[in-house]
Amino acid sequence: MTADQLAALSDTLFSSSVGLYSLAVVAFCAQLAFGRRPARARELVGAGAPVEPGAPAASAHRADPPAVRRWGRVAMLLTALGAVAHTGVLVARGLATDRLPWGNMYEFATAVVLVAVVAFVVLAVRSPGLRHLGLFVLAPVVVSLVAIGLFLYVEDGPLVAALRSSWLAVHVTTAILGFGVFFVSGIASILYLVRSRHEARGGDPAGLVARIPDAATLDRVAHRTVVFGFPIWTFAVIAGAIWAESAWGRPWGWDPKETWAFIAWVVYAAYLHARTTAGWRGRSAAWVNVVGLAVMVFNLLYVNMVSTGLHSYGGVN
Amino acid sequence: MTVTAPPRSAATPPPPPARPSAARRLGGFLLRQWRRLTAMRTAIVLLFLLALAAVPGSLLPQRSLSQANVAQYFTEHPTLAPVLDDLFLFDVFSSPWFAAVYLLLFVSLVGCVLPRALEHARALRTPPPPAPRRLSRLPDAAELPTPLPAADALDVVEEELRVRRYRVVRRERGGQAELSAEKGLLKEAGNLLFHLALLALLVALAGGKLWGYEGSILVTEGGRFCNSFQQYDTYSSGALVEGSDLTPVCVGLEDFRAEYEENLTAASFTADITYGPPGQEGRPTTIGVNDPLRVDGDRVYVTGHGFAPRFTVTLPDGSTFDDVSAPFLPTEQSTMASEGALKLPDLGAGAEDQLALQGFFAPTGVVRDGILTSIDPQPLAPQVAVVVYRGYLGLDSGLPQSVYSLDTSQIERGRLTEVGSANLRVGESTTLPDGTTVTFTGVAEYAALQFSHDPGQVWVLVAAIAVLVGLLGMLLVRRERVFARATAAPADGGTVLGVGVLTRGSGDGAPRSAALTDDLRAALAARAADRAPSHGAAPEPEASPRDR
Repeated sequence: MTADQLAALSDTLFSSSVGLYSLAVVAFCAQLAFGRRPARARELVGAGAPVEPGAPAASAHRADPPAVRRWGRVAMLLTALGAVAHTGVLVARGLATDRLPWGNMYEFATAVVLVAVVAFVVLAVRSPGLRHLGLFVLAPVVVSLVAIGLFLYVEDGPLVAALRSSWLAVHVTTAILGFGVFFVSGIASILYLVRSRHEARGGDPAGLVARIPDAATLDRVAHRTVVFGFPIWTFAVIAGAIWAESAWGRPWGWDPKETWAFIAWVVYAAYLHARTTAGWRGRSAAWVNVVGLAVMVFNLLYVNMVSTGLHSYGGVN
Repeated sequence: MTVTAPPRSAATPPPPPARPSAARRLGGFLLRQWRRLTAMRTAIVLLFLLALAAVPGSLLPQRSLSQANVAQYFTEHPTLAPVLDDLFLFDVFSSPWFAAVYLLLFVSLVGCVLPRALEHARALRTPPPPAPRRLSRLPDAAELPTPLPAADALDVVEEELRVRRYRVVRRERGGQAELSAEKGLLKEAGNLLFHLALLALLVALAGGKLWGYEGSILVTEGGRFCNSFQQYDTYSSGALVEGSDLTPVCVGLEDFRAEYEENLTAASFTADITYGPPGQEGRPTTIGVNDPLRVDGDRVYVTGHGFAPRFTVTLPDGSTFDDVSAPFLPTEQSTMASEGALKLPDLGAGAEDQLALQGFFAPTGVVRDGILTSIDPQPLAPQVAVVVYRGYLGLDSGLPQSVYSLDTSQIERGRLTEVGSANLRVGESTTLPDGTTVTFTGVAEYAALQFSHDPGQVWVLVAAIAVLVGLLGMLLVRRERVFARATAAPADGGTVLGVGVLTRGSGDGAPRSAALTDDLRAALAARAADRAPSHGAAPEPEASPRDR
């Protein structure tokens, strides 16, 4: 295939993956809509007993009626197919341009969303109860991808001189990984906030909120993903500093992107501390994680599109 | 920093018989404040303050990044800007309040980490603590009945744990044999390394700032500069740098090449340079984007490039200025459209007036409706649009002015008047009303070079790697304690082994603890099966009392 055909294939796959993810969203909706609340949840809510951090997610899944599990399987299958097409978007781009497919904002954001989907699939395969999160991960994924396609799309093209370095593979790849993992973590914390308020108020046990995993599970997912993502993000920032030293003449210069990467790092460090500190544990810590995700998104959108800095590789005018 | 107990102000001691001395009260006050500062809650608040303090540094123009943007902000917001400036909001990252936040954070960190380091050093030398009285209260506890005698059962547990690299200690307490084991002390070591490496990172950055310097200069092809602050267009240096400390080295630019892809994306910028001590023939080398020259702690970078148009000016009296040029600054990187000014303050003896060209340069120019634009960053068809001024430039007025533009206030006051304008290709000339001719004779490329010296840089890298190593140790290593106590079985004369696992660290320890307990159970069963033929019956347990 020629480069043009590959680029066209990449664009077709992009639409396909959005379509598959949308179908997965429908299937996840069906899973939630037809699901009867797990019996356990009502007992816990009623008694107000502390949720033990064992395997409630898995047992909640086992308690699901067969129809729910069937919809869950369909949704996971569609998500996995979508992820394959999504991977194809980047592979075809990379082949068409003969470089790593994260040289501009469109490709970067597409890759971040792919990492988020893969992180969710890994979590959901390891503990099936987390499939109930599917709607809340996949819906933002679809919205993000549509926005990326509409506002960030750029034609395939070569890299500018400054990006032609092997550090691109190290720095940008790890930044994508970290961002994608934080994306899932942020969603888990948002749902934790919703769910813990529901539990505290003894909300409707038949409602939608009762069907998402319990607060303890969500808190654990959020924490574990940050624990996974934080060293990656730290590494990405350090690798960026090493690259900046050879490209721009200094390892750190408080360029807007650098500043916001630092802010995000500090916020996630605060989250990890908050989660082990009395008085911050629980909802306050979850809010810190949500702020962290907001900082990451701001860093992607505002810093690339509004402010002018050395990191303005967006290619979006 | 992890969990620190909140300040113990709540538990006030009973009223003392006499008022304590002033010194003691002061000491108590300071101790309370110190505890408050080093508490984890304070650290979290300081982390937030640090994040918040960095925000204006990215939203407002910063002097360290661009003086020009700050100046522009001052003209756009004449009343607001001075107020912001008083609050150091254009120098956020060198402001006293930003420094106050991170210094407080680091003091808090030291106050939290040093006691923990001492405690950890002690923990390394002391054996694992005795088993708690009631093992069943531990989060993961199990009772394993076995026909083995107590000592043998604990032997099996010890072997299994030693294979898993636990530190194991056996004790006899209250007539019962028990075992304590722990592993994962590297977790705390990683935690300490992470925080101390952050401190080292800060010190290395500060050292680099104090003893480092950098200078920037535009050098046209064939040009040369030496490493001294007088030569640089702009420079910054640390407080402890003397002019005489600068490495004696000169750099010459032989050739500069910019290469572009078909769609005009910049593919590479390379500069052939020579470098060496002053007065000597330099050594040739090539540097480029992402590929600086590094010599003995000094680095030379290509940070940009541009064009310097050359002009020949012939005055009516026949005197000429041959091939005078000035660097034009690119205003648009994609087409390298550039702007600049050429100033001729001294037109020869007796001349009162000064002459200046203000120009727009297009490496590949197209004129549409009399307006020159650039369509290609490569110098395929260079053109300039020049406006010629005559009059007083204001160079000796005492006020500094940019070499890249004319002082517009002189034009507004009528001291500089426009005397002609033209669009010129290479070789073309324009004649002014007084007979002066201006010829565009060609163009040279210049490179923006930066000379940097930062002695702290290597240490910053070392500290950053230590930060990462510590972080991985802290987050990935799991600290586990295993306790076991052998109790004589009430019924059949065997042993009941109480086992408890305590996990500290990330993630969910339950499955791992369960797996460990299963392994222990299997090992006990295997040993019991081995013994069965030789010992016909289960021996009496050694531990005598059945109940405590």
